[in-house]
Amino acid sequence: MNDKPPDNAASWAKLVDTLNVDATPDGAINLNVQGKRVSGPLQGFGQLWQKTYKLRLRNVETTPVDVIRLWKEKLPELMPSNSRFYPSITGVKPGEVILINATMPGVPGTISTGVIILYADDEAFTVMTPEGHPESGFNTFSAYTADGMVVAQIQSLARANDPIYEFGFRFLGGSNQQEEIWHHVLTQLGEKLGVAGQVEMEKVCVDGRLQWSRAKNIWHNAMIRSTLHLPVRLAQKVSGRRTA
Amino acid sequence: MPNQLTTTIRPITAHTCIIDVQGDITAQAETALMSAYNQASQNGTKAIILNFTGLDYMNSSGIGLLVTMLIRVQRQKQRLLAYGLSDHYRQIFELTRLNEAIGIVDDEAAAVTAVATPT
Repeated sequence: MNDKPPDNAASWAKLVDTLNVDATPDGAINLNVQGKRVSGPLQGFGQLWQKTYKLRLRNVETTPVDVIRLWKEKLPELMPSNSRFYPSITGVKPGEVILINATMPGVPGTISTGVIILYADDEAFTVMTPEGHPESGFNTFSAYTADGMVVAQIQSLARANDPIYEFGFRFLGGSNQQEEIWHHVLTQLGEKLGVAGQVEMEKVCVDGRLQWSRAKNIWHNAMIRSTLHLPVRLAQKVSGRRTA
Repeated sequence: MPNQLTTTIRPITAHTCIIDVQGDITAQAETALMSAYNQASQNGTKAIILNFTGLDYMNSSGIGLLVTMLIRVQRQKQRLLAYGLSDHYRQIFELTRLNEAIGIVDDEAAAVTAVATPT
């Protein structure tokens, strides 16, 4: 066994039992992340999908390293208005938490969740979801050279975290909404680089089974918890205004 | 310079096979790893043991590949074990919770004993 740490050891997050949010970025709602365990493709409930989105950066002089640098820097700006990302002040670094405030049709208020940056190097970064997040798995954002041009890619390997989310993804348009988010991100990234290309998508059902032993993940459901917390947030807002 | 993944398949009993891994596990290793799995799975293999002693480097895409392999193992109702992981990669398996589905042991002898032990 080789006990010398590998060259990319610093690219990985340190082992943690639960997630910790050091400070809440301005404007973000910090709920359903602090104290949660990470939840990967094996811990979720629904069908496991691998979805790959690609944008070929034609006719632009750039490198994978430059693309990833820009992506890390501009990540919040690239997200659509229904899925806001709030990285910590440190930015996209291994072990850091990104808070996410999202809205969904038919769900009152904002759904508050987040992701941990599992891995980040010069040409890729990967986020992993916590318990209660709509999906359970990984998202890898990368750039590489193929056929003489740089390709920006997002690959998700994830399943719905619980039966409610699975129902939403399959029958209420959640899956399409998720796909639109990553199309949007790549399109925005392309625009920043002066490329107006077509995003290609490929999806593969890696595991069609439902993991019924994970149905109890509903307990952590961030959508339900955010909704239940809505009156508290409204009361805090009102009392904050009165004392201001 | 990346080290291309190479694998060796070693059947050790009628139903158990070891895959010796040498090099890097990244997105580029998909074909080599899945082809090793297919080869090791022939003839009614019930348990696959991954020997990571020769693992040089793995990134998050490599972890994704192991998840995909694990799903295939589960579909075939096989068991997946691993040994030879450095402390660093043991921690990565814990962090990503892969250790909840892949039995991690210290060495080949422990893996063979674990395979012989009913779950």
